[in-house]
Amino acid sequence: MCLAYPYQILEITGPFTAKATVDGVSKEIYISLIGEPLRPGDWVLVHVDFAIQKIDEKTALETLKAYYEIFSKQYI
Amino acid sequence: MKSSLSSIFKLTKDPQLVKALITKIKQFLSGIERPLKIMEFCGGHTHSLLKFGLDEALKPEIEFLHGPGCPVCVLSHERLNLALRIAQEKEIIFTTYGDLMRVPNSEGISLLSLRAKGKDIRMVSNAMEALSLAKENPKRLVIFFALGFETTTPQTAFLLERARAENITNLKIISNHILTTSVLEYLLSKYGVYMDGILGPGHVSAVIGASSYEGIAQKFDLPIVISGFDPLDILLAVKLLCKKILRKEKEVYIAYKRAVTFEGNLKAKELIQKVFKVRETFPWRGLGEVPYSGLSIKEKYEELDGEKIFESIPENREVSKGCLCGTILQGRAEPKDCKLFGKVCTPSTPIGPCMVSSEGACLAYFKYKGPLY
Ligand code: SF4
Repeated sequence: MCLAYPYQILEITGPFTAKATVDGVSKEIYISLIGEPLRPGDWVLVHVDFAIQKIDEKTALETLKAYYEIFSKQYI
Repeated sequence: MKSSLSSIFKLTKDPQLVKALITKIKQFLSGIERPLKIMEFCGGHTHSLLKFGLDEALKPEIEFLHGPGCPVCVLSHERLNLALRIAQEKEIIFTTYGDLMRVPNSEGISLLSLRAKGKDIRMVSNAMEALSLAKENPKRLVIFFALGFETTTPQTAFLLERARAENITNLKIISNHILTTSVLEYLLSKYGVYMDGILGPGHVSAVIGASSYEGIAQKFDLPIVISGFDPLDILLAVKLLCKKILRKEKEVYIAYKRAVTFEGNLKAKELIQKVFKVRETFPWRGLGEVPYSGLSIKEKYEELDGEKIFESIPENREVSKGCLCGTILQGRAEPKDCKLFGKVCTPSTPIGPCMVSSEGACLAYFKYKGPLY
């Protein structure tokens, strides 16, 4: 019950809700637990239909770089 | 924008990267005198470890102890029986999350079996569905049996807020929400420090923040590394944790920075504080009464608190005979130690919640290692 999944915001649909998508599936989610304003294109972590955290894209991309480094140092 | 982040989500499952990182961890730990014991708190981590074979791949250097982070598994018999009793009241619409539906009590009764007998029991995929049901059925009482760690608590708090704002009078919430750090602290105080480090739960921590674990890391001299759920996320966190264990760095570290911050989700935390208060004690399966580990609804929201009206329901504390779920949840037994595993207790005939919940250790072992592992 503690697994959350990343979704990308498509559209803000109401004061508490947004339409969000991942892998071609979209659904209505609640964004009322997120303190900062959300815009279409933002990624959020969704659990039982509520966004519980905005995903930090910059940090995520840095992690991506870190993964590549680990991989390349050893195997390329 | 979309493609860049999507590529991360693919990469975190990349089998070649996973293999490379496993090799690296094993190299790093080669020559170690005894296996490092790592407790993964969260049942979601248990499932990922088994699903991707990471637990086997990291043997013998690392031994994983499975923790109590499975909210359905740790729901006590008292509370389960409370749910079953309320669900049998006349005219009630009983709602809860799907995971709980199949958990049997010691007499083999589950919400699902009650539903088959005609009781109006509904699975909701989010807390707000209970509010919609209350609005659609103004003449009936709707119960939301709320459970979970801090990943589901703010949602229940939001439900209470909205029900109050919309003046809904036929909705009652029963809180079974529980606190991650309280149970960790309890385990470590009661049984001593029986692990070398802890893999912290990623999504609970997205809400409560890494700072919540600082007291535990210091008090018990333990490194805690917060991890995501994809195989590569877990391996990166495990690698860091091993380093910290060997270097004796007793600190909290976030290895899941894209979702977890030091302070957590402040708005969600505020909402929890506004609506809930900490109970002096709360019963857990296998652990008994754990001090300051549960949340009840504040008096301010009394009119929505279902516990107030159902308080006097008699409780049955009997445990299903032979089920070791409780000890497994402490990380002090494995599913194979249970005589019922795979024979009497299977996913289609579960005896205990560890075989029912999508985060339960017994289900993970059955699914990924088979009934005879
Ligand atoms: S196998 Fe079944 S009976 Fe045994 S500990 Fe797990 S849930 Fe309980």
